[in-house]
Amino acid sequence: MVAITFVDAEGTARRIQAAVGQSVMSAAVEHDIPEIVADCGGSLACSTCHVYVESDFADVVGEPADDEDEMLGGTAAERLPASRLSCQLEITDAMDGLVVRTPAVQL
Amino acid sequence: MRRLAVVGTGHAGVQIAASLRENGFDGQITLLGAETHLPYQRPPLSKGKISGIEAAQKIALRGSAYYSDRGIDMVLGERVYEVDLDAGTLLTTRGRVVEFDRLALALGAKVRHLPVPGTDLPGVLYLRDLDDALRLTAHCERATSVVVIGGGFIGLEAAALARTSGLAVTVVEADARLMGRSVAPIVSDAFATLHRERGIDVRLSARVEEVIDRGGHAGGVRLADGVTIDSDFVVVGVGVLPRTGLAKSMGLQIAGGIVVDPHSRTSDARVVAAGDCTVSARDGRYRSLESVHNATLQAKNAAKTLCGIDDPDVEVPWFWSHQGDLKLQMVGDRLDVQETVLRGEPGSGKFVALHLSGGALVGAECVNSPADFAVLKRALNTGAVMDLRLAADSAVPLKDSFSQPDSV
Repeated sequence: MVAITFVDAEGTARRIQAAVGQSVMSAAVEHDIPEIVADCGGSLACSTCHVYVESDFADVVGEPADDEDEMLGGTAAERLPASRLSCQLEITDAMDGLVVRTPAVQL
Repeated sequence: MRRLAVVGTGHAGVQIAASLRENGFDGQITLLGAETHLPYQRPPLSKGKISGIEAAQKIALRGSAYYSDRGIDMVLGERVYEVDLDAGTLLTTRGRVVEFDRLALALGAKVRHLPVPGTDLPGVLYLRDLDDALRLTAHCERATSVVVIGGGFIGLEAAALARTSGLAVTVVEADARLMGRSVAPIVSDAFATLHRERGIDVRLSARVEEVIDRGGHAGGVRLADGVTIDSDFVVVGVGVLPRTGLAKSMGLQIAGGIVVDPHSRTSDARVVAAGDCTVSARDGRYRSLESVHNATLQAKNAAKTLCGIDDPDVEVPWFWSHQGDLKLQMVGDRLDVQETVLRGEPGSGKFVALHLSGGALVGAECVNSPADFAVLKRALNTGAVMDLRLAADSAVPLKDSFSQPDSV
């Protein structure tokens, strides 16, 4: 298990324990993180699991693939360089301690 | 209400239970399903290879701890076959009796069977649940050819999956165009061309007379015009029918599906229903809406009704279908479309069909245009006004063609 922290737009942090191999999105759904809407369940069809990855972990999570990159163009909140769709972030041991910020809007 | 029983463990059933807890309900929740698998997501079944236990776990809606942590009692592998609403009891096939104050039905839909000879042969596959998907993947690994009967979403997704696995694929559709019930003709035509370019043999206006028996196994199909198409196996994807048997036995109003209102209430005040088993009145008719979005929305509204919250969510319907590298996303209603305007070139495999009624945007079909889809979905839900001239110009970012009504 690795620790992942979600920080909402108001600055409230919630730390959860997640299994390696699942996505950051599904870990959030399991733990009722309301800011991760995840309408399509990780099928790359809805752009509602948008997160901003804290800069310390930028290298660990890497760059979005082309289809994710295109979907990030449709997020409700502003796309920033740190923007990712959390359904595409598969949790690895190296992500222990990961911090992601959630935007104020997803829909 | 102290005790709720939810029948069905698909998207709708699980969402009803989850939303009840989110709404603060702390009574007893029993979630019953006929399948033995932990509740899972259905869309991935036809959109990518599903093989083995690992894949099954990857598509689970929630981990098993989710349910136990929230005091949601799961009863898997038992079908509910009798309900006594007055007594507040239901009976499962294993003889279990569950008592309840209120009942939620999320029974889903079953595949429509094709009424032609040969469809009961081994090697005729349908695609609805996880076991079906495991079978399809196993067949794709062994076989070299397949005939897919039905050019709707499921048929085309299965066809694209088989084609990606290297099989020779023929799609046989009785209608003159693909996905005819759901998309505009121009989108149907584009998909026929794009699938053919990817090596799928698409036959339109072709009626299947029988599935060929080759040594006791499906060996292809014979069409009404006498043409035969040989294949190692056959997939049938000709639609689904809402499951209504249980509801009918309880005396609920049925009109092709269980009739519900926008609060997900059935004709009996003790029962709510959500998802593919339901129909609701739209445009003067009872219609089903088979989608994850509808299942989730109706489930959330069912949970509100059960908690006495009289404020149902209203959202524009949306749907997606990933057919290999062709990603179709649809939003809105096509019931009274008067005009369709294109953004982008259909032949390019990346375009949007904008549907208008009285000059206003009412829906859209987006092909490999996920960013545009997100903008359109948001615009329809917020009532933003579209400048058609700008929207039709694919060189202009789509969001620049919308303004909120109060700022116009």
